[in-house]
Amino acid sequence: MGMNRREFLKRTATIAGTAVLGSSTHTSADQGPVPESDRYGVLVDTTVCIGCRKCEWACNEWNKNPNQPIKAFEDKSVFNSIRRPHAQTFTVVNRFINPKDSKPIYVKKQCMHCEEPGCKAACFVDAFKKTEKGAVIYNADVCVGCRYCMVACPFDIPAYEYYEPLNPRITKCTFCFDRIGKEGGVPACVKICPTETLRFGKRKDLINLAHERIRNNPDKYTDHVYGEHEVGGTCWLYLSAIPFDQIGFRTDIGEKSIPERSKGFLFMTKVFEVVAAWPLVFAAFHAISKIREKRSAQDAHSTKEGKHEQKT
Amino acid sequence: MTFPEYIKSNFTISNAIAAIILIVSIPVMIYRFIYGLGPSTNLSDTNPWGIWIGVDVLCGIALAAGGLVIGTAYHLFGMKQYRHFVKPAILTSLLGYLFSVFGLLFDLGRYYRLPYPMVVSFGFSSIMFLIAWHFALYIMILFTEWSPSLFEWLDLKKFRDFFHRLAIWATVFGVVIAGGHQSALGALFLVAPGKLHPLWYSELLPIYFLLSAIIAGLTMVIFESSLTHKAFKRQLEHLNPAEFDRLTLGLAKAASAALFTYFFLKLFGLAHSNNWKYLFTPYGYWFLFEILGLVFLPAFLFAYSVRYKKITMARWTAFIVVIGIVLNRINTSVIAFNWNAPERYYPHWMEVVITVGIITMEVIAFRWIVNRMAILYDHPDYDSSH
Repeated sequence: MGMNRREFLKRTATIAGTAVLGSSTHTSADQGPVPESDRYGVLVDTTVCIGCRKCEWACNEWNKNPNQPIKAFEDKSVFNSIRRPHAQTFTVVNRFINPKDSKPIYVKKQCMHCEEPGCKAACFVDAFKKTEKGAVIYNADVCVGCRYCMVACPFDIPAYEYYEPLNPRITKCTFCFDRIGKEGGVPACVKICPTETLRFGKRKDLINLAHERIRNNPDKYTDHVYGEHEVGGTCWLYLSAIPFDQIGFRTDIGEKSIPERSKGFLFMTKVFEVVAAWPLVFAAFHAISKIREKRSAQDAHSTKEGKHEQKT
Repeated sequence: MTFPEYIKSNFTISNAIAAIILIVSIPVMIYRFIYGLGPSTNLSDTNPWGIWIGVDVLCGIALAAGGLVIGTAYHLFGMKQYRHFVKPAILTSLLGYLFSVFGLLFDLGRYYRLPYPMVVSFGFSSIMFLIAWHFALYIMILFTEWSPSLFEWLDLKKFRDFFHRLAIWATVFGVVIAGGHQSALGALFLVAPGKLHPLWYSELLPIYFLLSAIIAGLTMVIFESSLTHKAFKRQLEHLNPAEFDRLTLGLAKAASAALFTYFFLKLFGLAHSNNWKYLFTPYGYWFLFEILGLVFLPAFLFAYSVRYKKITMARWTAFIVVIGIVLNRINTSVIAFNWNAPERYYPHWMEVVITVGIITMEVIAFRWIVNRMAILYDHPDYDSSH
């Protein structure tokens, strides 16, 4: 019957090797940690924003999304409900009311461009890439449309083109990676912002700036820079006058990044599949040899009987 | 039977129901493939996953764990007395996985790119990637385990004998692969701590899903064999009903132990995360219903039915546990998922119609194969000893 020892070892090694392969190889898109100094970000000071929504218009223009004339963005009735990005609407501005002075607070919402993106870890075809400057970008050429990235994003940012029947894509802010890649380039929203709400710069510098602003104006800001540590840190950072959960931010997502939450399981599974495979294989071998033993014992017994019958 | 006789014999009530379901379902399936997810589902940007993931994939795969469980018992633990259950369990598993993947096609935005994670682009850090590869490998393994029945029917002795010898190896690697992806389906939700209700979210999710898959395998074998023994009486004339009952109670014993283990693991998880306060909320009561009514209670019922040889109680308890598994998967993916989101999801009628259609097709496929191939009995022309 069948397999000899060499064949058995070859086959087991192949399967074990393939199982381990996934944990040790990296795709070309995974550059590993980029030095802090090369990371860019945007600091959003929500105490300054006037809710003009020109950033929404500029974003639609640059990304060739469906747009309206800039005057249409002056319509304040959109603020009556809290909005989120949808297909081909990469950013929205929402209004919250400051309970202390009943004045409006405007908050721009878009992809946070996480340092350790959950969408990238979730994607089974590696459709997301964290660029050197910090942008997390999406590649529609490999996307299968499983929408797991939407499940994984703690900020609920990726949107889907559900009404595109044959070629639906995930859509989200691109950090204008094609603009910031050039010398002196800034995202379209930052460029058009008429106030000092949006500031583009090195992430490290923006964090220092943010803390400096808090130090110099302790009554103006709540002492927290949102995005500094949340889910491992994000490139888009926020300052606020009031606690962040009152302006639509989740404050229960913790500092552990999303990829970290699944890494443990992936590692354990590979260990299991390499370690557990062997005892099971030996158990199978053992079971087979027991059957063989039994059969040969039966054969020997019946041969003996046969010989005995022949004799008599 | 002549062909006209065959056609006539198919005019039964169950076939009429199946026909009605398919007459509605198939056009809806075509509609979904042409017009996309938008008009055919209630999926949204806030709720990207619905019953096609929650039921078709998660429940389908959990309930297809019978092949793994019985195959392991028979080939690896040497429990040869369960011989009769092996082939039906393998077939159920194979069809379960195949139709789950078929169901997945409806959910994928670009269904025509299904092979991409296998051949085009690899997301190694994704749990979904592990699942995709494992499904493909495991379907091959299940096909290897089922193919002797196919080749017996086609009378291809050489192929049949070759695959028959591979059975034990397929089982070994099946345990490794199935253990991997049954737990990975639970691990899928590890990335969403803020979205899954604290009573269901746990770092132990992979273990919960793996153990409940084993439970699903055991109870599906009890439940399904109860049905097939009624539906395919003619093929089972040689079978000793007392022996069949005794073996069923053996499965019930294993299920009872597994259910108690699962219950205590859940308690441990609850204690570890210190989420007791959530028990006294509406979601808490729903959680208690799932854990006490559909896990703890059946564990006792199984134990009782084994002790006092109450076979009917064991069969009904198996049915309750199957419902419990389905509920757990739906809770984790739909009901307790996004529990605090501004906008909640409920399925579109087309989503339900397609899901019911898929299940109907699966049952029809099972029946077609069992009516023609030696699944419930050993083929007389072949030596089936292992």
